[in-house]
Amino acid sequence: MITAGIDIGSITAKAAVLEDGRILGSKVAFTGYNARQAGKNVFEDLLRELDMDASSIEKTVSTGYGRNSVKFADKAMTEIICHGAGAYYLNPEVRSIIDVGGQDSKVLTIDSDGRVKDFAMNDKCAAGTGRFLEVMARALESDLDDFGDLSLKSDKPSKISSICTVFAESEVISLISKGKSREDIIAGIHESVASRISSMARRVGVKEPVMMTGGVAKNIGVVRALEKALGVSIEVSEFAQVNGAVGAAIMAMRL
Amino acid sequence: MTDVDKEKDSRKIKSVGKMKEIMTAYYIDAKTAEQTGKKVAWITSGGPVEPLIAMDVIPVYPENYGAMIGASKMGGDLCQKAEELGYSGDLCSYARADIVCSMIDGGPIGGLPKPDMLICCNNICGTVLKWYEIQARYYNVPLFIFDTPFCHTEYADESRRYVRKQIDEYTNFLENACKKKFDHDRIKEVGRLSVEGQELWQEVLDTAMNRPSPMTCFDAFFHLALIVTLRGTQIAVDYYQSLLEEMKQRVADGISAIPNERYRLLWDNLPIWYRVKWMSEKFAAHDACLVADTYTSAWCGQLKYMDGDNFLDSMAEAYTRIYLNIGVDEMIKIVLEVVDKYDVDGFVIHSNRSCKPYSLGQYDIQRAVQKEKGIPSVMIESHMIDERSFSESQSETRIDAFMEMIKQKG
Repeated sequence: MITAGIDIGSITAKAAVLEDGRILGSKVAFTGYNARQAGKNVFEDLLRELDMDASSIEKTVSTGYGRNSVKFADKAMTEIICHGAGAYYLNPEVRSIIDVGGQDSKVLTIDSDGRVKDFAMNDKCAAGTGRFLEVMARALESDLDDFGDLSLKSDKPSKISSICTVFAESEVISLISKGKSREDIIAGIHESVASRISSMARRVGVKEPVMMTGGVAKNIGVVRALEKALGVSIEVSEFAQVNGAVGAAIMAMRL
Repeated sequence: MTDVDKEKDSRKIKSVGKMKEIMTAYYIDAKTAEQTGKKVAWITSGGPVEPLIAMDVIPVYPENYGAMIGASKMGGDLCQKAEELGYSGDLCSYARADIVCSMIDGGPIGGLPKPDMLICCNNICGTVLKWYEIQARYYNVPLFIFDTPFCHTEYADESRRYVRKQIDEYTNFLENACKKKFDHDRIKEVGRLSVEGQELWQEVLDTAMNRPSPMTCFDAFFHLALIVTLRGTQIAVDYYQSLLEEMKQRVADGISAIPNERYRLLWDNLPIWYRVKWMSEKFAAHDACLVADTYTSAWCGQLKYMDGDNFLDSMAEAYTRIYLNIGVDEMIKIVLEVVDKYDVDGFVIHSNRSCKPYSLGQYDIQRAVQKEKGIPSVMIESHMIDERSFSESQSETRIDAFMEMIKQKG
């Protein structure tokens, strides 16, 4: 059975195609202004890459904040259930999942059957999310892709006390003017993200093994800061960013 | 009428019309009190209203008015005006909106009638003290503060004496404000009616124990108005008697509140007044009926302490031990009982940024419910009347995910 999952996030749109639970391919593209079009485009691009026809896809599930805008999907499901399903597929031993995407961060626990037991999401605030890191990258005139490696070079992370993206940005600017190194500031940013997420994770109750998913999982600095804050080791799959779409395709198999 | 409309119509609670008539008459009475020579007292929602009824004073509830402001989606604008006046956005939105309505002589129904006195009971929160002090200065009217010590676990003897003494001070205050003697025979009758009304309200809420339930908590949020505003009157007793009969009839006829009740949920905290319809439709679309809540039961939860034959004495304890004036451990006991009583499958928690006393401790309550009952729960961060604080897509994702969890559980 060939299924597809489409995950429309606030910054990127992801698609994954699975055949009998095996990943055939996945793709990431910017969401942009038109979420509906973004879902269609990323899906069509992926099909083209896989040299497949839309008619060969038996079931499609959409997820993410733009899930209801994917009109060709058979069903829309939340990213919470899909990230749970995706992580369980990648490693059935996983019990806690930390997903940090563009504008939200969430922590969920799953049981031995992959069912979501509990979850918590960030409040109406983008601090501690991908968008937060983007804003910081702009303030530091750095490439976000370099953030992870740069932060690992720091031995004295700066203290970013603010929990608000806008205020944290001014804090970063003041740290720059004080002559703090880019590496230390970035490491401080990662610690502040980790501190925010770890309190949410503790509320839900972290059970090992822990997996991190979402675009921010590509940032090794955040992963390490979270490991330190939570005192656990965190696994990151190569499919971390498309995990929601993979999970959606898994859920599509059950339709 | 389409089939969908007909279907919806068949589920409508018929008493709604009667309720609207009573509330309209009540507000007309209150708004024309000056012409009819009656006195108006503003009182907090958890305040002891019975002595006012016994003295023929019309009680008016700024908090009921707050709900009206929220339901008419005027909360955001009014709260913004309050912020312009210097009131912090972190303050209770009922307080902010009410203070602004007084200043601009506006709001729903053209504002509340001016008070002749204010009765403030701090069993619901501490904000009411400052809120009522501001209003007492603004209207230049006497203020009576009924101070109920917090009951962490029990009602200590010191509290009992302290609160009981205030009842005498309260009746003295009313005698001075109304320039007539307090009628001790009348208060017995009012007390009896108050207890009867509360018993009936409890019975109405209890009809939701039926599967399927004839009502949702969203219905209870609406029908609650009379037990708040007209507690201690025959009007409230008669109304709840007829509402109870309607509910029993719905049960007998198999009329459910939502079309396909598959999941039963418990709601915690105040409603999100400007989103009641949206919420009720959202949950109904998931075949979920919110059969109980911790909010509407607050106006009948203290019946065990009330004694219709010894009303004034028992009232002191009952008003002190309301849900918001007890420790979190006690709240947990109540919530766990409600989970069993109404046989619920999930717990919906409104973390209400406007009402700190109600929202404090919710994580502990959530944990206790998960641990003891093993049912899923969800927390929705919002605000009871300030619609600027509501995020539809975030709330929707949480609700959808929560329902997916419940469905996965099977």
